[in-house]
Amino acid sequence: MAAKQVNPTRMELTRLKKKRLTAIRGHKLLKDKRDELMRQYLDLVRENMEVRKKVESGIKSANRNFVIAKAGMSEAALNTALMAPKQEIYLEAGEKNVMSVDIPAFEYKTRTADENDIYSYGFAFTSSDLDGAVKSLADILPDMIRLAECEKACQLMAAEIEKTRRRVNALEHVIIPETEESIKYITMKLDENERSTQIRLMKVKDMMLEEAHHYKEKE
Amino acid sequence: MYKIAVVGDYDSIYGFATLGLSICPVRNREEIREKLRSLAEEEYGIIYITEAAAAEVGDELEKYREKTLPAIIQIPGVSGNTGAGVEGVKKTVEQAVGSDILFGGVS
Repeated sequence: MAAKQVNPTRMELTRLKKKRLTAIRGHKLLKDKRDELMRQYLDLVRENMEVRKKVESGIKSANRNFVIAKAGMSEAALNTALMAPKQEIYLEAGEKNVMSVDIPAFEYKTRTADENDIYSYGFAFTSSDLDGAVKSLADILPDMIRLAECEKACQLMAAEIEKTRRRVNALEHVIIPETEESIKYITMKLDENERSTQIRLMKVKDMMLEEAHHYKEKE
Repeated sequence: MYKIAVVGDYDSIYGFATLGLSICPVRNREEIREKLRSLAEEEYGIIYITEAAAAEVGDELEKYREKTLPAIIQIPGVSGNTGAGVEGVKKTVEQAVGSDILFGGVS
């Protein structure tokens, strides 16, 4: 069954044969791309899960520390203490290309090198619990940045893998069989034409010989 | 040069201000939506959002999934861990592989 109507001509046949070659080549390349993407993705997603678990437990304990700190001092004092942050963070976002997927690579810089600048308050009016809470949050920041990098990369790669997989399947199960079907159809049609021409010629030859020599009348 | 923002209810995020991250306290769905949109247009490379806030605007986050920047990352808030972040990772596995072959049993 030919899925599409094709002209049974030699030109069409050559075109289809070329198309089939390209499709097979593309299929192979895309399949390789998918496999490699998948390999890298699986490594990355494992790391992603690990970092996420670490960050989540880190934030959980930091939040606990903050609640304790909040309980130990008045709301107004806490707000004043945290009102004007001293430290600032700048993020450098580079791009890394993994199998044609652009994934971000983050690097961060703090405004000042002094790591004590995270304490934006004088120590006189705040409880020491707050220092601990702020410190615990500062400690998980590098992991949080790594998490952002990993998770974004995973999302982008997952989307790309899905796309590539679809292409591979479309080529493998639709385009290539369809082209082959058409090629077969044209070859058979051309052969059939060839044979019918042959027969016609033989018939014509018979008829002409008959006309010239009148074999039938001599018998 | 990019910056980092944290979106969520004030109690969950005020600590991040000390580290130099921009905090954006939000209270309701409209505010979250509005804030996300404006942050994404500005120079923010990473936006951390509490799981509770993210749950309010699920469809909005989908838009940013396929863009390189900003990376929108869910973090647990002060009210506890809802597991939405881990769920998100599993979702990407499902998208890539077809079914969750890695973390299916562990949760």
